[in-house]
Amino acid sequence: MRWYWVDKFIEFESGHRARSVKNVSLAEEHLHDHFPGFPVMPASLMIEGMAQTGGILLGEKYEFQYNVILAKVPKVTFHSWACPGDQLIYTALLENAGKEGGSVSVTATVGDRLVAEAEIVFAHLTSEDPQLSRIDQKNFVFRMNLLDILTVGKAGSGAADSDAGSN
Amino acid sequence: MPSSEEIFQKVQGTLFDALGVDEDEVTPTATLIGDLGAESIDFLDIVFRLEKNFDIKIPRGELFPENIASSDSGFVVDGKVTPEGIAQLREKMPHADIDSFAKDPQVSRIQDLFTVDMICKFISARVR
Repeated sequence: MRWYWVDKFIEFESGHRARSVKNVSLAEEHLHDHFPGFPVMPASLMIEGMAQTGGILLGEKYEFQYNVILAKVPKVTFHSWACPGDQLIYTALLENAGKEGGSVSVTATVGDRLVAEAEIVFAHLTSEDPQLSRIDQKNFVFRMNLLDILTVGKAGSGAADSDAGSN
Repeated sequence: MPSSEEIFQKVQGTLFDALGVDEDEVTPTATLIGDLGAESIDFLDIVFRLEKNFDIKIPRGELFPENIASSDSGFVVDGKVTPEGIAQLREKMPHADIDSFAKDPQVSRIQDLFTVDMICKFISARVR
């Protein structure tokens, strides 16, 4: 399994705001254990999706010259849950950004329903930073080609092709 | 121009949000690391929040200087900060209580210079 907790971006305003989509599917193995008979998206993975959305927003501002590390989640509130078939929309606003790191506020919604909201702080490390080797790789926002998410949909959508075919 | 009390209350709220501590724990003399349990990444979060709450820019290392008395700085001998090191602290941390520290300048006590009052004085100098 690959560590993508966002399916694609639907809006990207460099340095300000990004919106992404996560389609929750019953094909996801973990939902059958979380929980048997009541499959809901784990809150921790929702935080990961919010961090991937906000982390890529921050990373893009500096043209991905820094390693963006999920450093801290000062605040997170879950108001509801997301089930298979739900489409989560993560909306991240870049609250602060500098050489040393940045912070975002993110909401997760399904339709008009607010599912979660969080504040997330990221730290920047350059590849030469001696601290880099001591950090748990799981904290990296950018790893395993995560930036591939930015290319999803760029080759065109099926809808556009079928329109063309019908003409 | 905000009063000292207004600045303190805003700093108190900032630390409440960043560190998840009770507001009544945030007294002027409380140390960020020892009393309020701040860790290194919290300093970045605190700076971000102060910048937002007071609408100011805080250049990196200005509020919380880094490596001021590291072992290779030349300012530490036998676990104590040298007079030159103390002078360096006064220059880099003009809002901290260096006089009290100088009476027993053990390097392990440097973290106690980061107090709520130090932040308030730093902010006061910025917004006035």
